[in-house]
Amino acid sequence: MSFTPNIVGFACQWCTYAGADLAGNLRAKYPPSVKLIKVPCSGRVKPEYVLEAFARGADGVLVGGCHFGDCHYKDGNYKTKNRTDMLSQLLEDMGFDPRRFRQEWISGAEGQKFAQVITEFTEELQELGPNPLGGQE
Amino acid sequence: MADKVKVGFLLLGGCAGCEMAVVDLSEKLVDVLQHIEVVFWAPTAADVKYTDLESMEDGFIDVAFIDGMVRLDEHIHMANVMRKKAKTVIAFGVCAALGGTAGMGSLHDKNDLFEKAFKNTPTTDNPDGVFPQPQCLVDGKYDLTLPAYEDKVRTLNQIIDVDYYIGGCPPHHDHVAAAVTALLTGNMPPKGSWITNGKAVCDVCERNPAGKENGQGRAMVNQILRTIEGEPDKEICLLQQGYLCFGPITQGDCGGLCLKVNIPCRGCGGPIPGNHDYGAQALSTIGSIIKNEEITHQLMEKYPNLAKFFYRYALPSGTLPRRM
Repeated sequence: MSFTPNIVGFACQWCTYAGADLAGNLRAKYPPSVKLIKVPCSGRVKPEYVLEAFARGADGVLVGGCHFGDCHYKDGNYKTKNRTDMLSQLLEDMGFDPRRFRQEWISGAEGQKFAQVITEFTEELQELGPNPLGGQE
Repeated sequence: MADKVKVGFLLLGGCAGCEMAVVDLSEKLVDVLQHIEVVFWAPTAADVKYTDLESMEDGFIDVAFIDGMVRLDEHIHMANVMRKKAKTVIAFGVCAALGGTAGMGSLHDKNDLFEKAFKNTPTTDNPDGVFPQPQCLVDGKYDLTLPAYEDKVRTLNQIIDVDYYIGGCPPHHDHVAAAVTALLTGNMPPKGSWITNGKAVCDVCERNPAGKENGQGRAMVNQILRTIEGEPDKEICLLQQGYLCFGPITQGDCGGLCLKVNIPCRGCGGPIPGNHDYGAQALSTIGSIIKNEEITHQLMEKYPNLAKFFYRYALPSGTLPRRM
């Protein structure tokens, strides 16, 4: 039996969160696997939040931000990119599958893309199985 | 005698460097000794046995300094005994507080570590591949035991309740003096705090470009260099030269000593207040001052293991405290 993964999604309020909103308005279909957390900017997501989510049993973590050049704060998403690249490597160095961690650029106009990303990510996590760290629930 | 503060020192899995820092108080130690009485100092300085500690009445020691990380069942046992006997427990030095460099051992399993330590190092002569065993019968009659090896490194506060933390590898003796003075005068922060001046290494570093009038200003990191690739300029901020330094997020009770001898900070002082995962914060900080993605990838190529780089002193205290 495939399971429904638990994805913690950090969504920038200016783009990915609006994109998720649009996905709803468009009646786009995607699995009910993501728990979105609205953040002021993807650059606000501390790597610690991602690690904490995994430590507490999230099967996947998604950080959604604006496309390059679109950041409301000019360069927040460039910082996100620097961090997420290193964080993926860090997870791998710690023996944790970095495929569970994903970073996507989804604008407020890309409702379909949001639905598609969640669908793909959910399918990938279903193949990977539950988070080996278990978690609390 | 009676009103002297009773102090105990206990070394767990460490190098005793923190205790050297106490000895390094030198003349100050002579002054301090008028106010304190060392009732226990093992297994290093004093001729006492663990059983001496066990036979003390509970709460006998006023202040216990425990240094070193927790790796053996003996460490767990002794930490618990010390907690019972001491009114105040201080995690003394970065090993006890965050795990220390030995904490990186948690990224390997026991076999890896034993193979390396007792077999594969060039200076080891062990043709029979003998590894330490918790129990061993010698000559058929001597039943010898060694402390058992736990599967991961732990910090002191993962074993017992800790009242205060002091960072540093080892803590600078001036910092130890300040901490002891604070203790004796009762001028202590709330329980659970780090004893620190609360300033980052950058704050006490002479290279800090912020606020200087030489027009240097702050700049993004636009190349990555390691100290093996050359000698950094002695005046300019190491980060701006491309040598990655953890000064911005590390407590500067050391006075920026490493920076004075051209060595980048690696974070032994512990995290500045308000931060719970040192390595994640280091990654975040470095990530936000790197100029672009290309330089980030340069970093990832030059540092083959980011977990060991960012969590040099703090892996066991991290959110993911070991190899998963």
